[in-house]
Amino acid sequence: MELARLAERALAEIDSADDLAALDKVRVGLLGKSGLITAELKSLGKLAPEQRKAAGQAVNKVKSELAEAIEDRRAALADVALARELVAETVDVSLPARTAAGSGSLHPVTRVLRRITDIFTGNGFQVRYGPEIEDDYHNFTALNFPENHPARAMHDTFFFPDGRLLRTHTSPVQIRALLADGVPIRIIAPGRVYRCDSDQTHTPMFHQVEGLVVAERVTFANLKAVLHQFVEQFFERDAKLRFRPSYFPFTEPSAEVDVLSSEGRWLEILGCGMVHRNVLEGAGVDPDRYSGYAFGMGVERLAMLRYNVPDLRLFFENDLRFLSQFAR
Amino acid sequence: MKFPISWLRDWVPYAPEADELAEKLTLAGLEVDDVSVLGEQMDNFAVAEIMTVEPHPNADRLRVCQVSIADGQPVQIVCGAPNARAGMRSILASTGAILPDGTKIRRSKLRGVESQGMLCSAAELGLGDDHDGIIDLPTDAPVGTPATTYLNLPDAVIDIDITPNRGDCFSVLGVAREVAAFSGQRLQDPVVAEPSAAVDTTLAVDLAAPETCTRFASRVITGIATDAQSPRWLVERLERAGLRAIHPVVDITNFVMLELGQPLHAYDMDKIDGSLIVRRAQDGEACVLLDEKEVALDDSVVVVADQSGPLGLAGIMGGLSSAVTADTTNVLFEAAFWTPAWIAGRARRFGLHTDASLRFERGVDPAGQARAIQRATELLLDIAGGAAGPLLDTTHPTHDAVRASIEVRWKTIERLLGIALAPDEVVNILERLGMRCEADDEAVSVTPPSYRFDLAIAEDIVEEVARVFGYDEIPAATAVLETPLNAGSEQDTPLDRLRDLLVDRGFAEVVTYSFVNPELQTRCDGPADELELANPISSDLSVMRRSLLPGLATCAAANQARQHDRVRIFEVGACFARDGDAVVETMRVGGLLCGPRDAEGWAGDRDSVDFFDAKADVEALFGVRGTELLWQQSEHPALHPGQTALVVLGNERIGRVGRLHPKLANSLDLDHGCFYFELDANALLQTPLPTFAPISRYPRVRRDIAVLVREEISAGEVLASIREAIPELLRHVVLFDVYRGKGVEPGLKSMALGLILQETSRTLIDEEADSAVRSATDALKTKLGATLRDR
Repeated sequence: MELARLAERALAEIDSADDLAALDKVRVGLLGKSGLITAELKSLGKLAPEQRKAAGQAVNKVKSELAEAIEDRRAALADVALARELVAETVDVSLPARTAAGSGSLHPVTRVLRRITDIFTGNGFQVRYGPEIEDDYHNFTALNFPENHPARAMHDTFFFPDGRLLRTHTSPVQIRALLADGVPIRIIAPGRVYRCDSDQTHTPMFHQVEGLVVAERVTFANLKAVLHQFVEQFFERDAKLRFRPSYFPFTEPSAEVDVLSSEGRWLEILGCGMVHRNVLEGAGVDPDRYSGYAFGMGVERLAMLRYNVPDLRLFFENDLRFLSQFAR
Repeated sequence: MKFPISWLRDWVPYAPEADELAEKLTLAGLEVDDVSVLGEQMDNFAVAEIMTVEPHPNADRLRVCQVSIADGQPVQIVCGAPNARAGMRSILASTGAILPDGTKIRRSKLRGVESQGMLCSAAELGLGDDHDGIIDLPTDAPVGTPATTYLNLPDAVIDIDITPNRGDCFSVLGVAREVAAFSGQRLQDPVVAEPSAAVDTTLAVDLAAPETCTRFASRVITGIATDAQSPRWLVERLERAGLRAIHPVVDITNFVMLELGQPLHAYDMDKIDGSLIVRRAQDGEACVLLDEKEVALDDSVVVVADQSGPLGLAGIMGGLSSAVTADTTNVLFEAAFWTPAWIAGRARRFGLHTDASLRFERGVDPAGQARAIQRATELLLDIAGGAAGPLLDTTHPTHDAVRASIEVRWKTIERLLGIALAPDEVVNILERLGMRCEADDEAVSVTPPSYRFDLAIAEDIVEEVARVFGYDEIPAATAVLETPLNAGSEQDTPLDRLRDLLVDRGFAEVVTYSFVNPELQTRCDGPADELELANPISSDLSVMRRSLLPGLATCAAANQARQHDRVRIFEVGACFARDGDAVVETMRVGGLLCGPRDAEGWAGDRDSVDFFDAKADVEALFGVRGTELLWQQSEHPALHPGQTALVVLGNERIGRVGRLHPKLANSLDLDHGCFYFELDANALLQTPLPTFAPISRYPRVRRDIAVLVREEISAGEVLASIREAIPELLRHVVLFDVYRGKGVEPGLKSMALGLILQETSRTLIDEEADSAVRSATDALKTKLGATLRDR
């Protein structure tokens, strides 16, 4: 009877312990060295041997019941503590991130250059580069610009005192690539070009991408197909193109290409033509066996049309408010 | 090259209307830069005579004119033009007239005096640049005649960019030839026959430098009237072509140059000393040009000289000493053929750019000199009278006005263009362009006209054929063995780009098995109908993963056990789920980070990462759309209930970010501070296409505020309320502090916000900024119960 009451009281104490420290105190009071249950066990020795077994079993049963109750209580209290901790740790997930996102951006010119390069390299065009400080031979003579020809004057060239110059177009890469790689050849040449001109619609430095394909049986019809595909890929829409006769010393026939804008206006986007016989001959290619086409496009012009940029000069002001508009 | 379409119609009467003509010329390779239509809506404009001119009582610069436009009452016009004078005839815009710039003429009072119309300058009529005074018409202009009739309107001015190879198109004649060839019309020739000589005066010319000049046609005309005026039609044509009338002789040389492309020079015969010699200048010589500037000459320039010295820079600009003046009675016309190489670059060297040098540099028709003289003679005799001497056509034996023939094989045309054209069609095209053709089965032998010195090789002829046939008529054709260009969309973002981005942010890519422990999967994602393998490699790897978490968590635990306290890992891979009998496979990007924010180092941040580090990584993956993500507090069995967010983009739940639940962490022996994110890869594969937004040139204004809100109000709600309240002015809002503690009641928090305000079209004034801030705080008050914190 004594034991049963003890157990009942102990269970009540366990249940009423409302934190882990209180529970421990209860545990020590019951199961510790001088705890009540421990005392009960110690007192078994005083009993007669025939009573000892039954009494011992009873005390041990109570002891393990209590131990279990303490353990359950401990787990329950731990859960409560954890829940309290979790609540305390709650954060406002809508607070801004530690570092602001999207602050970096590629220059729109790079963006467009990558896009153009992707479109052509995806179809087997190789990318070639040439020096930006060029000589008269590669920039003009080899491209069939006669000495003193008005076409040279149109180029507004920057010169160095020794006669070298800043390339006025990416076309000299045609010559370098033909001389280095021979034919057949299928390349594009992206890069910076320079002209001594600065106003609302001209900057002294800008970017071009040159294209050159020379092989047997390359025709003007092929050129038309490639440029039409390019424009549709670049603008990601069906495009109406207009090829109209023009003049470049290094192509014959030559054409300028306009694309019809969504407002119904023709916008000039690039120049092209069949590589001039003199250019091929100068680069050691037999113009009666091989033919080819070349094209050159202004990267800023394409970027302006693609992203609705109204003023060329924005590209070189590098205003962060402008640049950040081209982040991915 | 600018000319009125009315002039072109002297040569090709059926030339189409301006816009169609512009399109045709552009497609023929003569790029039309501008078309301006003149006198399109010119009702209520008429020739008027100024009867009287009185000073204005209230304004020094205005005058009051009585102007007559027909019989009857004169009208009163207040006019500011300095050249208004009694007896003058000009153009009056009456009440109701509309100027080309849109100004409507109304009866009005100017400084208290009534004006019933406006006397117009050429500029105001859109007919020229002259706005110094009102248009001054000849005294025989019939008063009352509608301006359109008298001024030969409407007309249109076409401005063409001539490419360097097409010097032959630097004239009305040149353009007319192209129009005729393209439209199949015959060219009319308004030039009259050679007049018979009335006097026999000539001036001998010695071509002493034949490398520079091989032909020099000239004529003397004596006894012209000094009071002659250029007729209205001549002035009109010059003005519409962008030149000003100066003196009949000069006007005629300009007219002939514009019409025929052959620049002429006129000398005052009486100021020439002896005969002429064309020679290279001697070093040290000098000459004062028409612009009254002296240029120093040398051996590289060509001059026309008399016995006393150079008279002018050949082909570029004449000299002052022999120039035609108002007193000139005896004139010598010169029409020479200067070798382009001897003109090219010279004008630039002297800082000059003249209509003559522009044409000579590119080359004029070597057969056109006599005709130009003839045209000028005809006009001068007509306008100023006088007696013409005989044409003196001095030609050097090396003068070459006949082009060599070019052989073009039929195959070459097809080889370059990619289409075969019928020989008849080719010959027809070439003959329309003035070429002589001799065709056989193999080839055609083509002789270009004298003015087409740009044609030298077969490819040049192929271009001519293609040009007239139409570049647009040549079908596009992809070359053999080539596939069409195809590069996908600019908006596509490859998964590899996302991998690189995470790598650059310090994450290591891991590859874990797609099959996982079913018991761990249940702990990570709750119970579900698993996709179980029939023959798993082991019972630990028996079900297909539903998320990347089991793999990432196991991997992180294993690395922590290997003493890596700082772990940042990610995986890109498919996750699997049942959908009835079907299986849904989705590509996911997942990451897990724990340990110190920075790798250990003297300057590194040793604080442990938290939710907002994971959030930054997720935002970075979304790039510019990072700020568009909505972060909603949510719960998930494997994640900390107070540090878990559902990530929403648009209306789609596209991922989850949270701290691992301590129980899950404990069960895997993982550090408690592990943060995990998992996103639907499809949401990451498209980025928006940039489109330019105007940048305000006006300064930004920043206003900081601090508000007290209840704990349960989220930062997202606060920021959204502000953005909603002042959408136009707010450029950016930054939450720069969140504070709880001393001074702030428990259950509340203080948020410090920076509002960046800007107007796009003007400077924002203080009051406007204050009022914007008030709108924002009012919205916070009513929507979220916020109060402004006193500072």
